[in-house]
Amino acid sequence: MDDIRSMTALELGGAIRAGTVGCAEAARAYLDAVKEFDGDIGAYISVFEDEALAEAEEAQRRLAAGGLGDSPLFGVPTAVKDVICVKGRRTTAASKMLDGFKPPYDAHVAERLAAAGAVMLGKLNLDEFAMGGSTETSYYGVTRNPWDLSRVSGGSSGGSAAAVAAGLAPYALGSDTGGSIRQPSAFCGVTGIKPTYGSVSRYGLLAYASSLDQIGPIGRDVWDCAAALAAISGKDRRDSTSVMEAPFDFSGVREGAEAAVSLGTPYRGFKVALPKNYFDAGLSEDVKAATLGAAREMERLGADVEETGIPLLEYAVPAYYIIACAEASSNLSRYDGVKYGFRSEKAEDVLGVYYKSRSEGFGTEVKRRVMLGSFVLSSGYFDAYYKKALQVRGLIKRAFDEVLGKYDFILSPVSPTVAYKIGGQIEDPLAMYMADIYTVSLNLAGLPGVALPCGFGEGGMPVGMQLIGGAFSEPLLVKAAGIWQSVTDYHKKRAKVLGNGI
Amino acid sequence: MRISDELIGYICELSRLELSEDEKEGRKKDLTDILDYMDKLNELDTRGLPEMTHPFDAANRFREDAPANGDRRQEMLANAPDRKGDFFKVFKTVE
Repeated sequence: MDDIRSMTALELGGAIRAGTVGCAEAARAYLDAVKEFDGDIGAYISVFEDEALAEAEEAQRRLAAGGLGDSPLFGVPTAVKDVICVKGRRTTAASKMLDGFKPPYDAHVAERLAAAGAVMLGKLNLDEFAMGGSTETSYYGVTRNPWDLSRVSGGSSGGSAAAVAAGLAPYALGSDTGGSIRQPSAFCGVTGIKPTYGSVSRYGLLAYASSLDQIGPIGRDVWDCAAALAAISGKDRRDSTSVMEAPFDFSGVREGAEAAVSLGTPYRGFKVALPKNYFDAGLSEDVKAATLGAAREMERLGADVEETGIPLLEYAVPAYYIIACAEASSNLSRYDGVKYGFRSEKAEDVLGVYYKSRSEGFGTEVKRRVMLGSFVLSSGYFDAYYKKALQVRGLIKRAFDEVLGKYDFILSPVSPTVAYKIGGQIEDPLAMYMADIYTVSLNLAGLPGVALPCGFGEGGMPVGMQLIGGAFSEPLLVKAAGIWQSVTDYHKKRAKVLGNGI
Repeated sequence: MRISDELIGYICELSRLELSEDEKEGRKKDLTDILDYMDKLNELDTRGLPEMTHPFDAANRFREDAPANGDRRQEMLANAPDRKGDFFKVFKTVE
């Protein structure tokens, strides 16, 4: 059983196609592990055991009949962040507001995963409505970091990152509005991709901030992430911001990376920007050392690494929180206790249903952001805050476009620190927001980013770095990350805390 | 910027939230801190600059107004907190 869980998703898919592992056997191995270990981690909100085994049997039948055997993830189990609708399965957004909600439809990505032959194990924990950076605001309890159970898993896709890190899912989907795939991936020592805005349909993603939200994969290495991204990306007529005609095509990228590695200087020809101002005060020494060490290693392997600067870094967090909260206050107005979700028992009239259901159904951080958003959109303050932030957003995008016009990718930290202790920051919302400094700009500009392990820091915790590319440059970013993972083994180190042998 | 009792009441009304006194005091403090931090944007001169609402210029995509779904009334009502027959049940909205 542990053999199954020690494989990457693509290795497991290969074993299933070769017939050495059965689909049900693979699902069983993961379901058993979730039962045994998830009590300590808290990665899952819901586990669909019977349904997963039935899906696995069905996948096995399709495979035997010769159907869809060319999907590399066929028969491989997966799990998704609990903001992604799966028809008829409890979908909570980690909120009391949606406790018991069962969507009457599938998200686009859920349809695509099913079509690719994926077996759905369950739904993963997050900060309530994806608002947070530590998975501590979940109504269903915290997700602990598999490397050290006293630390946070990051957020908001903490359940997705922790499940992959602990071997409780071969790969998973998360969503990223301001760093919510990349930061938990870095905290848990796994790989995550925040795709270009518009490349993955948001249909069926419970909306937080619609101009920033994007679904993406988290896996044990970048090749697993690329396979999942290829499966979920592409056009969907139900999301008018889904603009990519065809799914990402990563064919030949791995071969290209491996050929480059065999030549000895695999990064030759890559122009890498190292923004000096990202490494100044505020970045912890361990993260700084690991990330700069990665830059030197890339240089040694042939990359042309140049120190540069990206202006406006200190304006990204305020602009982001104004825009994200404004959009959140609008998106979350739908939770009114009428058609679905929680309705307060205490209401005595129609307005009372809205006020009491929302006040009892939302947690503190969600209320804070809805209030902030209502305020910056209110008459008298709209121009000073919301309009101003939209203008600064344009300036930030232009600054990134300028740098990415000259370089293949930007190498940056993901988070100023490694995963911190549970309870360490949650009482200080402003400090929590400021920790998003390296991730939010990509969402404002719509750009893709890959977070991948590059070392270890304080307390033996993993450190992640971020590769940032131009819009739709995912194949190039995947190649660069793949080269890194061919010449290093940080991503192969496993959390030992559970003694679970993977 | 200082958040007065009056302003916090107005924000709650816009947000359709009612807060306890403790919550109100908490939000007054942290919204003040957060908005003071956001005032940093005023260091930038943005006069005349365009407002970027989306990562790229996307036009609304129109389609024929033809029904594509069947009768899913029971599926939609299945999540209702309260219903009467085939309807969502709510308090009286007009006197």
